[in-house]
Amino acid sequence: MVAALFAQEAAGATHVANIVTRNAWIIPAIPAIAVVLIWALGKRLPRGGSEIGIIGMLAAAILSYVVLANYIGGNGPLVVKQLQWFPFGLGQKLGLGIRMDGLTAIMFPVVTTVSLMVQIYSTGYMHGEKRFTWYYTALNLFTGSMLLLVVSNNLLQLLVGWELVGICSYLLIGFWWEEKANSDAAIKAFITTKTGDIPFLIGIFVLFASTHTFDIGQIIAKAEAHQIPTITLTAAAILLFGGAVGKSAQFPLYVWLPDAMAGPTPVSALIHAATMVTAGVFLVARMFPVFEGSVAAMNVVAIIGAVTMVLAALLAMVQDDIKRVLAYSTISQLAYMMAALGVGAGNAGIFHLYTHAWFKALLFLGAGSVIHSVHSNNMSEMGGLRKVMPTTYWTFVVATLALAGIFPFAGFWSKDEILTEAFRVGYGSTAAHGTAWVGYLVYGVGVLTAFLTAFYMSRAVHLTFEGEYRGAGHPHESPRAMTLPLQILGVLSVVAGFVGIPAWRHGFAAWVGVGGEVKVSSANFWLIAISLLVALGGLYLGRRLYMPAPATEPLERLGWFHTLLVNKYYLDDFYMNGIVKPIRDSISQAMYWLNQNVFDGAVNGAAAVTRAGARKLYDNVDQKVIDGTVNAVGIGTQDGSRFLRYIQSGDVQRYAAVLFGGVAVLVLLFTLVFR
Amino acid sequence: MSLAWVLTLGAFLFSVGVYGVLARKNAVLVLMSIELMLNSVNINLIAFNAWFRDSAAVGQIFALFIITVAAAEVGVGLAIVLLVFRNRKTINVDEVDLLKW
Repeated sequence: MVAALFAQEAAGATHVANIVTRNAWIIPAIPAIAVVLIWALGKRLPRGGSEIGIIGMLAAAILSYVVLANYIGGNGPLVVKQLQWFPFGLGQKLGLGIRMDGLTAIMFPVVTTVSLMVQIYSTGYMHGEKRFTWYYTALNLFTGSMLLLVVSNNLLQLLVGWELVGICSYLLIGFWWEEKANSDAAIKAFITTKTGDIPFLIGIFVLFASTHTFDIGQIIAKAEAHQIPTITLTAAAILLFGGAVGKSAQFPLYVWLPDAMAGPTPVSALIHAATMVTAGVFLVARMFPVFEGSVAAMNVVAIIGAVTMVLAALLAMVQDDIKRVLAYSTISQLAYMMAALGVGAGNAGIFHLYTHAWFKALLFLGAGSVIHSVHSNNMSEMGGLRKVMPTTYWTFVVATLALAGIFPFAGFWSKDEILTEAFRVGYGSTAAHGTAWVGYLVYGVGVLTAFLTAFYMSRAVHLTFEGEYRGAGHPHESPRAMTLPLQILGVLSVVAGFVGIPAWRHGFAAWVGVGGEVKVSSANFWLIAISLLVALGGLYLGRRLYMPAPATEPLERLGWFHTLLVNKYYLDDFYMNGIVKPIRDSISQAMYWLNQNVFDGAVNGAAAVTRAGARKLYDNVDQKVIDGTVNAVGIGTQDGSRFLRYIQSGDVQRYAAVLFGGVAVLVLLFTLVFR
Repeated sequence: MSLAWVLTLGAFLFSVGVYGVLARKNAVLVLMSIELMLNSVNINLIAFNAWFRDSAAVGQIFALFIITVAAAEVGVGLAIVLLVFRNRKTINVDEVDLLKW
């Protein structure tokens, strides 16, 4: 049934690629040029280079929507173009190219629009910062790198973008590096994601060893044609997923993302909520046929997703720092996307990526607006802001409802589709991929997480905006530059989900076409009712407990579990005490001793032996044999010439006599002897 | 007149020239002896040209070349002798031994 539908879809006429789609390289190129211009001219411009960034990003965003127009309604074109970058062994040529399909076409508007909003917002939020120009340089470098990542047609180029966004994340987390905690957070984020990049790189090599190409299109084609052994696919998929676990902050490597909140809040909105952290999800979606080829790898993705979503959601409940609530929420929602991919619902996962980008960016920017106003990240120093910051309040509430999955906000459609697809995998009706119990697991944990999500967001809203103001100073509404992006993103958080409503057969899933389920009417009344009731219950419980703001944290009644959550499952302590410190204290010390005594000893010994040998060689061979030969030649020549020089008397007539004598001898020889 | 007489004359003149070159001290006389040797060669060339009845007259042309070269050689040689005399107040070849080791 599904196969028949798929065939029907595929048989439809493909749209002709428009001029922007055919030259999609221009979209990453615009921010790249902007980086150079801001870097070179920014400090001399009246607005410190932000105008270049905003104009460039506006252009890139407009072009992105032109590209997206090509894919609306499905049957979008596939455009693959490449230049030769450099040739290497095995007769391979590494290309620098673009691969335009529905997935990239969706990522473009998400990245450019969120970046545009964040750049406009930052003109207010970062006003008067001393490294303002540098901030815009890094933002644009990040955006360009992310666009390079999503447009890549081969895995190495994708890796270049991948590492570039990583370094931009590092630079921007440590933007206020004067405080040690911030630079520590930057280093932690960099090293933790790097831990995932190692398996990612190995995974690329595994695929190369099997297919002899880095080209994504060829690898996908071979995976779909079952030309790669299943065991190789399993290994490659799990290794690639390692990179995604690091970048998209999944268990057990999610610990860097909450600390990454040390960066400026707009950066958190852009990088650590809406775009960069979705790179891992994008990677899994991009290589989806590789994952699909292995049930084991799909189950690993789904289970890691399920575990991460509930662990992170639980942690979000006990945070006081509003940004950390949102950070754990991001981890949890990314896990939703991963779990969706893991149960084969690739399009649903990307749909959630797309809707999540809007409302999570909005939540972060709203939180930034609050922080800008009260000069504190802690919700215990907020409260009662609803009246003084109406725009921030209303947009924040819209985003909260979207995140909680309340009908008809954007998050409702995508979250509901994930849960429905997971349930169907468990129920086995149209299970294309995956194991039944994994489907049920994702569904069950997903519903639980939906409840927790609604609860912690309700808690955050009530602690921040309701009741009495508990902080010092006089909060005020943020400037227009900050509220305008909030309003735009607020509208998007409401309407963005309508592109994927289940009734529309040529809706979002048909545009993306990652694979897995094809759009069949997946709405099931009871499943929708359950998830809606759960979300409403979570919101109600949050209102009940935190309105008015309680004197003591009600969750402390959970006892040891609360302690466990406050200490973040002791995972950070485990990493510090179980991995970092042993390596630093014992292994590093041992290696230092080994280095000083054994390696240096060996090196010094080798040097001493070499020196002694060289001395002997110098004394015996160089001085005696080689110099002796040269001197002997010199002395011999001198002695010989002492006798020969008498011939050169300077007397012309004696020379002439020798000449004639010689001629006479020759004449005699030729006439008598050689005749 | 047979060829032998002419060749004998050439050989005699050449021997006189050799003697002059080797025995005379005066550089001008050495140069003149060299001219004598060149002219003895010219006599040989002309004699053989006549004896072979060579219609192309290669011997005569060669003799003309040698006369020209000899004139040039004498010009250069006398100039050298002149400069040597100015520097050293002598033209005795055994006293001009600047190239001695």
